[in-house]
Amino acid sequence: MGIFEFILMSFPILLAIAVVFVRDLLAATVVFLVYSLIMAIVFTQLKAPDVALTEAAVGAGITTLLFIVTIAKTTRREEDD
Amino acid sequence: MTTIVIKTIARVLVPFLQLFGFYIIVHGPVSPGGGFQGGVIVGASMILLALSYDLSSAEDRASHKVRIIMDSTGALLFAGIGLLCLLVGGVFLEYGIIPLPMAPAEVRGLMILLVGVAIGIHIMALAASLFLHLAEEHDT
Amino acid sequence: MTRAKHLVPVLVLLGIGVILTMAVIDMPAFGDPEAPAHRHVAPRYIARAYEETGVTNMVTAVLIDYRGYDTLGELTVIFAAGVAVLSLLVGRKTR
Repeated sequence: MGIFEFILMSFPILLAIAVVFVRDLLAATVVFLVYSLIMAIVFTQLKAPDVALTEAAVGAGITTLLFIVTIAKTTRREEDD
Repeated sequence: MTTIVIKTIARVLVPFLQLFGFYIIVHGPVSPGGGFQGGVIVGASMILLALSYDLSSAEDRASHKVRIIMDSTGALLFAGIGLLCLLVGGVFLEYGIIPLPMAPAEVRGLMILLVGVAIGIHIMALAASLFLHLAEEHDT
Repeated sequence: MTRAKHLVPVLVLLGIGVILTMAVIDMPAFGDPEAPAHRHVAPRYIARAYEETGVTNMVTAVLIDYRGYDTLGELTVIFAAGVAVLSLLVGRKTR
């Protein structure tokens, strides 16, 4: 495994940890968008362009838009306990 | 809220986005892609139109009735091709049995293309519908 | 008291982690052509997908032709979920 793959595979883990600690829901959605794009690059590296295209279109496009419109309808801040 | 820059870029971008989506749907059998991916891209172009202009301009291009009809047509076309195989004496979804003046392998390739287009029609209507109905003003 | 209460979940998590790590170690290596998943039907698809379907993208051939029933079920699930969500959202517009 080369150094590029190592950096690429460590990104989703870091982003998955980061999305837990972000209190702003809109920022968490953007972190999730970046996660989807990195996963699309990982799938391209694994020679699965069909899955990469699906991940980029559905994960980064439609899911993010639905999250953002839901945040606009409800509240942006996570409730403190 | 949206400025003239966003509106102009969206007006230029939307036709190319839709063309790219249809290209991905139709080129599913020969290149990476297919009905799901292309349908999502075409649906996203309608979402871009709704975001940059307003909801009613996207609603004018594809009304609720048109979207529901497209949605049902895609699902029915897929199931209908499967039932057609059953009617001419094959197994459900056995495309090669359909009597067309071609080699059976070519009939299967053609039916794969048709099913891909059916999936694309279904997904593009559903993706646009979900966003447009979620974004419109609701009673609380 | 509280220390004992915290100890039980940590022990349970450690146990599950050890079991999962052992399961991952037992898995075949990544991209191993001798893995059971790659020896069942995949060689037949790779050998005969083009001559049987006339489609050069093998993923589409498997997705729509060989495993068409799965894709139809997937589409049915998406259709049912979409219609259910739309039936909740449509018709509540403020005017």
